[in-house]
Amino acid sequence: MAKKTPEINSSSTADIAFLLLCYFLMTTTMNQDMGLQRRLPPMPDKNQKVEDQKVNRRNIIIVKINSADRLLAGNEPIHVSQLRDKIKEFLTNPANNPDLPEKSEIDIEGYGPCMVSKGVISLQNDRGTSYQAYIAVQNELVGAINELRDDWSMANYGKKYAQLDEDRQAIARKAVPQNISEAEPKDIAKK
Amino acid sequence: MPAITTSSLSDIVFMLLFFFMVTTTMRETENKVVVKLPEATEVAKLERKDLTSYINIGTPVRHLQAQYGNDARIQLNDSFKTVDEIRDFIAAERDAMSEADRQFMTVAIRADENTRMGIVTDVKQELRRCSALKIMYSARKTAE
Repeated sequence: MAKKTPEINSSSTADIAFLLLCYFLMTTTMNQDMGLQRRLPPMPDKNQKVEDQKVNRRNIIIVKINSADRLLAGNEPIHVSQLRDKIKEFLTNPANNPDLPEKSEIDIEGYGPCMVSKGVISLQNDRGTSYQAYIAVQNELVGAINELRDDWSMANYGKKYAQLDEDRQAIARKAVPQNISEAEPKDIAKK
Repeated sequence: MPAITTSSLSDIVFMLLFFFMVTTTMRETENKVVVKLPEATEVAKLERKDLTSYINIGTPVRHLQAQYGNDARIQLNDSFKTVDEIRDFIAAERDAMSEADRQFMTVAIRADENTRMGIVTDVKQELRRCSALKIMYSARKTAE
């Protein structure tokens, strides 16, 4: 007559597993990479003759950051905190000021004709500019455009840009384009 | 009233445990440069982490400063590299991806906030030359 083997007491497995679970919960970092996404312009072709891109003077705003992290936007020194409003004014041109960029009517698929600003922001920096200042400026530029997109979406769809569906977001992106050009580095202080 | 059966509890917990064990990725590269990311408010999330290559720029960590000085350096994978070596790095990263994914490849520039733009500009120019045009400036979201 074989004896019945006693069952293994399994009441503590849950505790053990909980302990392990807590360990992994603590050590897992769900760090999401965040940042400002940007597209670099392709390298100009050497064989191709560089045509002078004729951008009307009024359509371009030059934002310069010097090596002391001072800011110059459209020929006047300003502070980073003022930059957002300046860019918004530049891109919207509410009073149709002849010094600010012109608008052109573009037919957007799925929306119809829309007045789109032709403004381009040109960002120039010195080799001595700190990365922190550069990102702060980039952040303000993106922020200005995001706010304009929000305004545009509010006016047309009654929702913020982030709450729109993908098709409408694409339309809003076309209506308020992000034209930021990161200028070719210039040899300003070549010794 | 019958007691609640706890026999399935351990199974549930084990399942959770396996989920975390599988999703946890241990960091494989050691940071050799100090990177304190700059702060920004308008950051966007990176969608495809597996299609991202990282370029770290910053001053070497303290115990390596005797060897490498305290100038800003570029770290790719596990070692210090020069700007010219980015080309090989990008080519290698690109080869590791499938054909369809290559166009979505993103290069995240993780530069320390005190880095000068000179080295960052060099990196950007080199990336343009390798036509890795999708980039991201890594930043922390400003705590509100």
